[in-house]
Amino acid sequence: MNQRMNKIGIIIETENGSVKETNFGMITLANRGNAQLYALMGENAASAGASLAEYGITTVVDLGLPEEATVRLNPDVRAKAVVAAVNELGLDGVFGLSSAEGKDLIPRVAAYLDAPLVMDCLDVDPENKTGRTSQYSGKVVADIQLTGDIAVFGIRPNAVKAEAAQAEATMVSLAAGADTSSALSLVSWDESSADDSQVSLAEADIIVAGGRGMKNGDNFSLLFDCADKMKAAVGASRVAVDEGWVPYAHQVGQTGEKVSPSVYIACGISGSIQHFAGMKTAKMIIAVNTDENAAMVANSDYYVLGDLFEILPEIIKQI
Amino acid sequence: MQIYVCVKHVPDSAANIHILGKDQIDENVAFLLNPYDEHAVSEAASLKKANAGSEIIAVTVGKADADKTLRSAMAMGADRGLLVETDAACDSMTTARALVAAIKRDGTPDIILTGKESIDAEGMQTLFRVGAMMDMPVVTNAAGLTVDGANATVVCELSGGNTRTFETNLPCVIGAGRGLNTPAYPTFPDVVKARKKPVETISLDSLGIDAPKGSAKIVGLAPLVQNRTPKEITGTPAEQAAQIVNILKNEAKVIS
Ligand SMILES: Cc1cc2nc3c(=O)[nH]c(=O)nc-3n(C[C@H](O)[C@H](O)[C@H](O)COP(=O)(O)OP(=O)(O)OC[C@H]3O[C@@H](n4cnc5c(N)ncnc54)[C@H](O)[C@@H]3O)c2cc1C
Ligand SMILES: Nc1ncnc2c1ncn2[C@@H]1O[C@H](COP(=O)(O)O)[C@@H](O)[C@H]1O
Repeated sequence: MNQRMNKIGIIIETENGSVKETNFGMITLANRGNAQLYALMGENAASAGASLAEYGITTVVDLGLPEEATVRLNPDVRAKAVVAAVNELGLDGVFGLSSAEGKDLIPRVAAYLDAPLVMDCLDVDPENKTGRTSQYSGKVVADIQLTGDIAVFGIRPNAVKAEAAQAEATMVSLAAGADTSSALSLVSWDESSADDSQVSLAEADIIVAGGRGMKNGDNFSLLFDCADKMKAAVGASRVAVDEGWVPYAHQVGQTGEKVSPSVYIACGISGSIQHFAGMKTAKMIIAVNTDENAAMVANSDYYVLGDLFEILPEIIKQI
Repeated sequence: MQIYVCVKHVPDSAANIHILGKDQIDENVAFLLNPYDEHAVSEAASLKKANAGSEIIAVTVGKADADKTLRSAMAMGADRGLLVETDAACDSMTTARALVAAIKRDGTPDIILTGKESIDAEGMQTLFRVGAMMDMPVVTNAAGLTVDGANATVVCELSGGNTRTFETNLPCVIGAGRGLNTPAYPTFPDVVKARKKPVETISLDSLGIDAPKGSAKIVGLAPLVQNRTPKEITGTPAEQAAQIVNILKNEAKVIS
């Protein structure tokens, strides 16, 4: 029979020295089984313990990565450090966020461990080692069951709400003898975006998105202003990206980012299958559209039939 | 250079997907070359142009029908195809083993190009498994690739417009993202020529791959339906905005 997971290592993402909010929902998810929870930390292990214990982490593991940023941030080096921790601590489950970073890290870990993996899970049943994920451009939800000694799951940020579950956490350091060699060298990267106030799409709790209805790139400043006020991220349809109004990184959809925010506000987006593929799992959809027959309106929770150029400035004014 | 491109035969993203039983889809829909793999083939064609005498081999694991996807890849510039044929639904651990066995049996890759993700399974992992088994470095979501002799510089895309740049040596595995290039669609003569290019069919069983030590099995499929009941927000723009703000504050509780 398929054995459940007993010791789950959770790869924690930090930002500016503290644990990103989106980790807590992932810990809550892992805590649904009866496994012991280990937080695997590439940095800030010492300071993060208290906040992690609040959600059920019992061991905080310092992966012992070197200070040097080009080494520490190299996803291949990080993956090897996670694999070393899995082996040393005898972990039989690994969770990580299916964020942009996670998509470059978790599959590396699974490949080195030669262990099965489900990415971008909306839900996980840790007792049955089954992950629920989207397939076929978001048209289907699949339950995928893993077998083998170690199971790996990538969790879509914001898929699960965090619930406090106070525990006591102890620290473990795995500094000694970490293998930091890699055939891949990280030579440069952008610092967490020039504009620090910008929220990442995958992790945002609110997304305000624009499509062809925005008419040009300058008008996107309306969305950026609105996002600024609500601490939201700005999304876009492929049309808006293809027209060059915003960079590709803002694209939501089958060939863009897949997101599960609490609220998705779609302005001047018709709601094509391919766009829905990326935001269908939003908890609430608010559509702003001039066309009452738009698919986005029919698949919303709330809709405004009106001109986004009249509504958005009012929202900005009122927040 | 010997350039291998992994291509997958997938249902068209615009197709309506019907679920049969609890773990299968009705495959009676249009299938095509996985969109990200198109970028991979296109990049292979540019590499070949820059490195005279190179050969591009498209490799797929799938049913006999996947021959069509090999033809598409050949119309876009691949010289020949390898079809690892199986009727079984393979998870990525098995698929990667099959790809590696077929490639090793065929030749010595200088580079292996793949897509960053298949649009049916949305697995995001096969390329990393291929890399680990071949002992080659892997870069995914590539938005820029420069090959200079045995060195490769790869720019890859993260979210928020951020990028990372890696340097590595060939042979390596590169997972194409949408930013890598703009695939040039084949002309009719290219399509006709592709029909005559050679495809070697290898049965999965004949590769004699070892059973993986784990598996990923679909135990349930369901359409992603969201039962939403749209409610209209009426009034003047100012009133509509006030209601939206109220919903964000008091119902969704996402702003204070
Ligand atoms: C393989 C493939 C992959 C794709 N991947 C993606 C993807 O990842 N993401 C994606 O988004 N698309 C994707 N597409 C494209 C998709 O099919 C649609 O073309 C696209 O999503 C439409 O964008 P849109 O809604 O902005 O534009 P349109 O469909 O033109 O809709 C514009 C909407 O704006 C409304 N509008 C106009 N003016 C106003 C105004 N003043 N106020 C309010 N509303 C207004 C209109 O009523 C209309 O509903 C893909 C397509 C293919 C073939
Ligand atoms: N059956 C297959 N045959 C050939 N290549 C594949 C197959 N499955 C996956 N790949 C390659 O691996 C990439 C990532 O796939 P996936 O891990 O399924 O998201 C794809 O873009 C393909 O290049």
